[in-house]
Amino acid sequence: MDLKELVVQKLKEHFPDTNFESTNYRDELTIKFPKEIVVDVCSFLKSDPDLEFNFCEDITAIDWAKRKDRFTVVYQIYSINNNFRLRLKADVDESDCKIDSVTSVWKAANWQEREAYDMYGIKFNNHPDLRRMYMPEDFEYYPLRKDFPLMGIPGSIPLPKK
Amino acid sequence: MDPDLKEIHPKIIQALLDTETDITIDDALENEMILNMGPQHPATHGVLRLVLRLDGETVIACVPDLGYLHRGYEKLAENMSYYEFIPHTDRLDYISPMANNVGWVLAVEKLAGIEAPPRAQYIRMMIAELARITSHLVAIGSFAMDVGALTVFLWTLREREKVLDIWDILCGARFTNSYTRIGGVANDAQPEALAKTKWFIDQFEDNLAECEKLINTNRIFIERVDGVGVISKEEAIDLGFTGPNIRASGVPYDLRKVQSYLKYKDLDFDVPVYTEGDCLARYFVRLDEMRESTKIVRQVLDKMPQGEVLLNQPKKVLPHKTEVYTKMEELIHDFMIVNFGINPPEGEIYHAIEGSKGELGFYLVSKGEGHPWKCKIRSPSFNNIQVLPRLLVGQMISDVVAIIGSIDPIMGEADK
Repeated sequence: MDLKELVVQKLKEHFPDTNFESTNYRDELTIKFPKEIVVDVCSFLKSDPDLEFNFCEDITAIDWAKRKDRFTVVYQIYSINNNFRLRLKADVDESDCKIDSVTSVWKAANWQEREAYDMYGIKFNNHPDLRRMYMPEDFEYYPLRKDFPLMGIPGSIPLPKK
Repeated sequence: MDPDLKEIHPKIIQALLDTETDITIDDALENEMILNMGPQHPATHGVLRLVLRLDGETVIACVPDLGYLHRGYEKLAENMSYYEFIPHTDRLDYISPMANNVGWVLAVEKLAGIEAPPRAQYIRMMIAELARITSHLVAIGSFAMDVGALTVFLWTLREREKVLDIWDILCGARFTNSYTRIGGVANDAQPEALAKTKWFIDQFEDNLAECEKLINTNRIFIERVDGVGVISKEEAIDLGFTGPNIRASGVPYDLRKVQSYLKYKDLDFDVPVYTEGDCLARYFVRLDEMRESTKIVRQVLDKMPQGEVLLNQPKKVLPHKTEVYTKMEELIHDFMIVNFGINPPEGEIYHAIEGSKGELGFYLVSKGEGHPWKCKIRSPSFNNIQVLPRLLVGQMISDVVAIIGSIDPIMGEADK
């Protein structure tokens, strides 16, 4: 069976109550699900012997600016044994800007989640070390949000004291 | 997460925030010490900053601090057209700008649903492999320099200079090349450039063997790096190591083989894999990869077909400048693309290439506009530096520079 169908089918079998939206664009499979089950889905995908998504390539977020669920957290995961790449997505709303951390599943998620937190202000629950990645710790804004101006905010990064 | 790291955080954060950075130690017999290394340190390959906690000479915790070269390229990409971002990719991994150019245009082409003509694809493979050679030359040279063998650096840079001369002929620039275009490359590879490439790879293997001879039999070098910074296969995968580093830990993960973008599946080359996972293995993987790259370049030169180097698709591909100045149609298309962009259809893609440092991926989201709605750069160095604390803990202070040199981070792409 095609691995794409297998992934979707296995997820549906294992999480019968959940609504999975799967899209296939340019030969890339994307699966979207509610954010509450993100750790369960990820640990299932990693531990299932037929799938073995053991490599977390990237975690980031998208800011949709005016949409109701403002952010989407995006995970690119890869199975080295099956040579198969999968994209997972979960919506996060601005009013409840939190999602569970997947650092317990893949250690590589640590810095990638920190970067998403730094750039979008999405908090990752149970993250071992949720600090800003690039910006100074006392920086008040989240630069990759669409409402942050391209030229920056004057005075937001204080110059060092003499 | 290491329990030691958790313990150290409040202190370090406080030290980072306070203007005075000296940390007082209450217990007079306490022999732990906080050492700040970088961002201005010659062995950190740029502006990497490490905060090390030492017990005598042993590192017991390490916290990397990134962001000293953060220029916000992902934000910039959201505000400019796909064409305008090509020069910015040069500044990511500035040791091998050509490979980044190739990665970016391949991602945009996948998003727009176009494919470059075969000759352009062969030229791209050639420049990507030459970029890998230059990158590994710098990596090996500076790695040897970090552990005290200065001459190797001069010799490898001499070889690198020859590749820079090839790039000079190819596109007129030595460092920030911006040679690729969406749908092809900027101009056809000149016969002189191809001849010079042929000459370069013919003499390269002997010269590389010479460089190698300087350090492979050097007992000081071998003993400083052998068995230092060992990481197992499972941990390397879990922590997100890619490129030569993961192949030194016994994982044959090379995107040129497993994803076979461009025309790599038509070529015959091996993926060097070592199982030791230490600094020496990472050095040997790079050496072998350069030999494989010369093999690839030689085949590319033999097999390179004749023909166009730019796709003929006026809505997506910028026409050549000489045509813009002489033909009406091309002038209109040029105006439309420069002002309104190439408008790929609504959708999202992730495309990764095997860059010189590891998996270089671009995640692009298009809303059908001239600029990307979202651009995420999955930079290999960022994920490789994440492994540093794991490699450093338990090692001696003098091994820190050897381990940083062996994973070969480039801060331009780690900080974006």
